[in-house]
Amino acid sequence: MKEEHHIKLPEGSIGKESTTINVGPTHPATHGVFQNVMEIDGEKVLRTTPTIGYIHRAFEKIAERRPFNQITTLTDRLNYCSAPINNIGWQTTVEKIAGISVPKRVDYMRVIIMELARIADHIICNSIMGVDTGALTPFTYFFQERERIYDIFESICGARLTTNIGRIGGFERNFTEGTWEHLNKFMETFPKALEEFESLLVRLRIFMDRTQGIGIISAERALNYSFTGPNLRATGIDYDLRVLEPYSSYEDFKFDIPVGKNGDVYDRFLVRNAEMWQSYSIIQQAIEKMKDLDPSVFHANVPEYYLPEKRDVYTKMEAMIHHFKIIYGETAMPKGEVYHAVEGANGEVGYYLISDGGRTPYRLHFRRPCFIYYQAYPEMIENGLLSDAIVTLSSINVIAGELDA
Amino acid sequence: MTAYFNDIKENIEKEFQSFQNWNTNSDIITFEVSASEITKLLEMLYHDFQFQFLTDLTAVHYPEKEKQELCVVYHLHNLSKRMRLRIKVYLDITKPNIPTAINLFSAANWMERETFDFFGVHFVGHPNLTRILNVEDMDYFPMRKEYPMEDPTRIDKDDHMFGR
Amino acid sequence: MRPVRYNENEKVYLNDLPENTYTGEGFMATKLSSVIGLARANSLWPLPFATSCCGIEFMATLGSNYDLGRFGAERMGFTPRQCDLLIVAGTIAKKMAPILKQVYMQMAEPRWVIAVGACASSGGIFDSYSVLQGIDQVIPVDVYVPGCPPRPEGIIEGVLKIQHIVKNESLRRRHSETYQQLLTECGIQ
Repeated sequence: MKEEHHIKLPEGSIGKESTTINVGPTHPATHGVFQNVMEIDGEKVLRTTPTIGYIHRAFEKIAERRPFNQITTLTDRLNYCSAPINNIGWQTTVEKIAGISVPKRVDYMRVIIMELARIADHIICNSIMGVDTGALTPFTYFFQERERIYDIFESICGARLTTNIGRIGGFERNFTEGTWEHLNKFMETFPKALEEFESLLVRLRIFMDRTQGIGIISAERALNYSFTGPNLRATGIDYDLRVLEPYSSYEDFKFDIPVGKNGDVYDRFLVRNAEMWQSYSIIQQAIEKMKDLDPSVFHANVPEYYLPEKRDVYTKMEAMIHHFKIIYGETAMPKGEVYHAVEGANGEVGYYLISDGGRTPYRLHFRRPCFIYYQAYPEMIENGLLSDAIVTLSSINVIAGELDA
Repeated sequence: MTAYFNDIKENIEKEFQSFQNWNTNSDIITFEVSASEITKLLEMLYHDFQFQFLTDLTAVHYPEKEKQELCVVYHLHNLSKRMRLRIKVYLDITKPNIPTAINLFSAANWMERETFDFFGVHFVGHPNLTRILNVEDMDYFPMRKEYPMEDPTRIDKDDHMFGR
Repeated sequence: MRPVRYNENEKVYLNDLPENTYTGEGFMATKLSSVIGLARANSLWPLPFATSCCGIEFMATLGSNYDLGRFGAERMGFTPRQCDLLIVAGTIAKKMAPILKQVYMQMAEPRWVIAVGACASSGGIFDSYSVLQGIDQVIPVDVYVPGCPPRPEGIIEGVLKIQHIVKNESLRRRHSETYQQLLTECGIQ
């Protein structure tokens, strides 16, 4: 007797034992716009195909039309969790190509701001890691400290998140009394808050079970994938540009590079926590060092590149002409190309700048750490559970704005 | 340090016909090779000189340079000796073919896809050379100089008012 | 000068309530639509569609310093089917636009939309080939919040504006010709 099939199944679906699911691009557990098409067997992830580009904003194309001063606003929106590092990275790049050297005090001010930004970034990443494993409390407590950092940024530049901090050659204004007040307040409360945060999560049995041995990447693979920053250091490699290629007077400071051992989620968490302690000590040292320096210096004496004070621009003719000269590119940027990298909160943030002497860069390429290491994500979560994939994603701290540029 | 670089230079000069423009004035030592020799060069630097970290891979478009319109730029890093190298490969825009570097660096995968997406550089041997950031059905390479930054189909903005 | 004239018929008398009738807290008479509006306005379920920088500031709005929960809107629903307020925070690229539209279409009526930040409102500083110049090209928007990113106070102000709309709008607004026309313009049926 001949058997007849009435239901027509797609080719190859009878032998198929796995399920295909789509996570993203607006999945709540992904903190950003990433799409992953996962092939799962039960709860085990077999394969993942990531799709990115959902907030591609064409930074590099826009940068070709913007004068050097205005590109700082673009860098804000790359890694918006730690915008000041990107700002200052860009400014130091331009200073490198223009051959500007800034006074020590400006360097130390920059160090303070960059380390504050690093702490702010790690606060988000680590507390969100808690949220993803089911611990919302540390997030609500620890976010307070981020608000304190916002207060400091606000008193320096007026903005909270996308700071646009500083100018080429220094800062637009000195640290005010309010800044010092907020900064001292932060220095007072932060160690207590961080200790509290650590006591809530570090030895928490549930958290340890959820994160240890998850999302492992070996040191060799991490290097092959060009990992940088905390994610590389969690695998045991002490690669830190602040030490390797010191910029902005980082060579004056004493600090350790925390490294992990296993390269799993828990190690990345611990490395970030330890980095917050190091950043805290760097800020302490910088405040101490600034006490010996002339408190009125906050920018280099480079009138060709440094924008005059806004108040003068509105009231004095010379300052206004000067301002227009810089903005309209009368003072030529030297020709040449430069690659400058700073240690961002997530890894090596690089600026590859080609200048043809014009008012705008001829070509500006951002080396974005998130973009480079997100491609290792499928390999990291392979043969793990679906819920572990989510924790892994939050532990590598991929920022969508930086990923898609 | 300089001795080590001279060693590298001698080795490259000996083995590669297309080697030229060794530039030490830039912030990173820069030189050029041709597309046909880039794989061999990367392999030599990887195995003999420990340049095992691909920092960055991108391209630049020079519309006025004839037959050399596209320039693929590699940034390599030797972590143990703290040295960087910049390698440039000039390509003809009508046949922008260059071998892929995936066999050495896994990181090159998305960097090459991005470069393809923006500039249309064709990386021969890449397993999945498709657009990565832009929409799939885009029919031009937006980072080339001849294409405008703004959406050309926009009608709601008066260009005169916006100073373009 | 016009002499002020009092209406002597409008004297207010306070009487004791008659016995065996209504006692307790008392009552008031109002329209059913106002009651529904009041209830809706103070129990909004937002769907955060956070893509970039504004999303981080939106997180700060939910945090303890600003606390959106004070306005009855702290229950984030992450499924469009349960939510009635779509908060679009961040840049929407052209690749993302169809997804945003799909999310909006999955929401049940009544639904409101806030565009948080310059990017969602108008494309912001990103006047480029890949960015949608304002989400109002794909979905109807009720409130725009300016800023790049807006401060948490700004976002709260936006939510309050939405509450004002919710309280005062007609229950039949969704059937009105303007609204239908808006939906048709965006290609939503």
